[in-house]
Amino acid sequence: MPDPAPRGNILPLDTAPGHNRRRAETAAWLLMAEELRYERGGRCLLDGISFALSPSGITALLGPNGAGKSLLLRLLGGLIRPDSGRIRFDPAFDGSTGMVFQKPVLLRRSVRANLDHALRIARIPRRQRTGRIAELLVMADLTHCAESPARALSGGEQQRLTMARALVNKPRLLLLDEPTASLDPAATAGFEALTREIARMGTKIMLVTHDLHQARRIADDVIFIHKGRIHEQGPTTAFFAAPRSPEARAYCAGTLIT
Amino acid sequence: MLDGQIIEIVALSLRVSVFAVILAALIGVPLGALLAVGRFPGRNLATMTINALMGLPPVVVGLGLYLLLSRSGPLGILQLLYTPTAMIIAQMILVTPIIASFSQQVLSDLHAEYDEMLRAMKATRLQVMGTLIRDARHALVTAFLAGLGRALSEIGAVMIVGGNINHATRVMTTAIALETSKGNLRLAVSLGLILLGLAFVINIALVVLRTRLERQAHA
Amino acid sequence: MKQLATIAAMCLLLPLRLIAGEGGIILQSTTSTQNSGLYEYLLPLLEQDTGLRVKVVAVGTGQALKNARNCDGDVLLVHAREAEEAFVANEYGLKRHDVMYNDFVLIGPASDPARVRGAGSATEALRRIAAARVPFVSRGDDSGTHRKEISLWKTAGLDPAAGRESWYRETGSGMGATLNIAAGMGAYTLTDRATWISFGNKAGLEILHEGDPALFNQYGVIAVNPARCPGMNTKGAQTFITWLLSPRGQKAIAAYRLNGQQLFFPNAKGKTAKGE
Repeated sequence: MPDPAPRGNILPLDTAPGHNRRRAETAAWLLMAEELRYERGGRCLLDGISFALSPSGITALLGPNGAGKSLLLRLLGGLIRPDSGRIRFDPAFDGSTGMVFQKPVLLRRSVRANLDHALRIARIPRRQRTGRIAELLVMADLTHCAESPARALSGGEQQRLTMARALVNKPRLLLLDEPTASLDPAATAGFEALTREIARMGTKIMLVTHDLHQARRIADDVIFIHKGRIHEQGPTTAFFAAPRSPEARAYCAGTLIT
Repeated sequence: MLDGQIIEIVALSLRVSVFAVILAALIGVPLGALLAVGRFPGRNLATMTINALMGLPPVVVGLGLYLLLSRSGPLGILQLLYTPTAMIIAQMILVTPIIASFSQQVLSDLHAEYDEMLRAMKATRLQVMGTLIRDARHALVTAFLAGLGRALSEIGAVMIVGGNINHATRVMTTAIALETSKGNLRLAVSLGLILLGLAFVINIALVVLRTRLERQAHA
Repeated sequence: MKQLATIAAMCLLLPLRLIAGEGGIILQSTTSTQNSGLYEYLLPLLEQDTGLRVKVVAVGTGQALKNARNCDGDVLLVHAREAEEAFVANEYGLKRHDVMYNDFVLIGPASDPARVRGAGSATEALRRIAAARVPFVSRGDDSGTHRKEISLWKTAGLDPAAGRESWYRETGSGMGATLNIAAGMGAYTLTDRATWISFGNKAGLEILHEGDPALFNQYGVIAVNPARCPGMNTKGAQTFITWLLSPRGQKAIAAYRLNGQQLFFPNAKGKTAKGE
């Protein structure tokens, strides 16, 4: 394979802010990160993060452990604030996001009560809640266990419930943080099908994963980060066919030393 | 002492202490939640103060309340001294720090687990507190029990603000003290055993209730 | 939310209901009259005759006087004549009336190590205790009994409290608690006769000296001054005092017996009315 990145780590064509801005004028984007920087305890965990997020489909955020993937997802979800840089939203984007974490955190209540709680937090009027819960239960295939204690569900069911819960206010953007990391292959397949279905219905999905096969299976495009920096961004097929940065190549080959 | 009188005394003990615990819970649980969830200046100081107040001697509470409620005191106009209401207030003051401190611990632990999820939902602070209290309700029962134990067994405060008045403010502990001072040690011990038995029965009942609720609500 | 509101409403209403049950008078009393069971005998008769409900707060005489000064009682029944007269002189109370009397007794272990039994007077008995340096338990709580004990030591020319004598122990407690301590230690102590007769834990203690006129124990009753304490139930207090001093009340006091013994001897208006 010829070396497509002779000019170093950063690949200006895909990741430079200037490039993104140009794209913003021509193509739509949902949100744009500009020079995000995040430090903790004197260590720079994210630096110079700039990218544009396409308005639809599934974007995989790939990278080895400790790359800063989850941190970046939390910045986008507004759970933490960057030390510098900013995130701009498409003016048509209302900022509504949902999040799903690696470990499903469920209330000590029934499946139905978990959804009802999220709807109440989102201030959905009582009259609309019952119908919306029924919809979400069907979508996540949880109707059969609506009255069961949420914490008694299987891992796959629990994660589908957190997904349904993240969708209560019909968010435009869904942020998934390694949602299938602790699921078995069958549950993972079920969750991926649900993810694809949600994306198909128009919700933009950003998926943190270190599972290359998963990214290959369901992602439309990929952002690869390593040591707090974006090294590569592009369509999934192009990324896996020919990763251009040495780090991405090493990562895909399973030989990246962090 | 007649059986009817013992029943009257036990009933008053329960009535006073249960109400004191309910009032203390209505104050202590939200206070504990606020300290568990809130990030505001003086939070650590407030936590330390509440922990210190757990060791408040009942007799000091009784004395302070006596000075307030005495007819010559600032709240004397309410004419609450030597009434069950004064005893409820005294025990509420004693129990509130216990419930607040315990709530803070329980709700802090739960908050650590729920924090990110609730922030992702963009829950307001009040919604966060409500969610935590609701989900920790089984653990909070233990705090109420501890508070009830403290209230039922306390004598220093109820003796001063209640006055141990027969048929009006005589509760188990003050009756025990009275019978002891009359030298009726056997009767005093019997009353003590009733108090012990009562605490035991309440504990069993609540543990049973709690297990049943827990089985229903979550696994 | 509805449940919460209901609970809150219940919490607010119940104490109010408890307050609503108020009425009658509060009697700040010495402990001996309560511990001897006198009130349990007397108050139902009073209520029958007058309809007045009396709530008894039994504390030491000193504490009772202080509580009454704070207006936390409508009427006083105590036994420390000098302090009572000072209370009236300072206009905290209206008029002081004699109600009844009994006497103090010196009790101690039956073996009587200080040989108090043969003493000719109470002061002589105390001198023997001091000389033998055997344990003596004092109330130490500014009660009527404590004041009497201090005056006896003074007459005897001794001041064991000031000397921090190791045999002299101040309990700072009520008569009953002090008797329990004396029983536990096998110590001497001074007690009013009524408390002693009704006391259930004598444990080898007995009366070793009695009958000295200096051991006379007069009980008085005073209504708290409404001019200093507005809102007092003065009418109730007067009803109580009038009944207590009436022939019917006096007769009832004389009729109260425990273990076949008369505990209190009515002497309203200075007249001594022996029991029936």
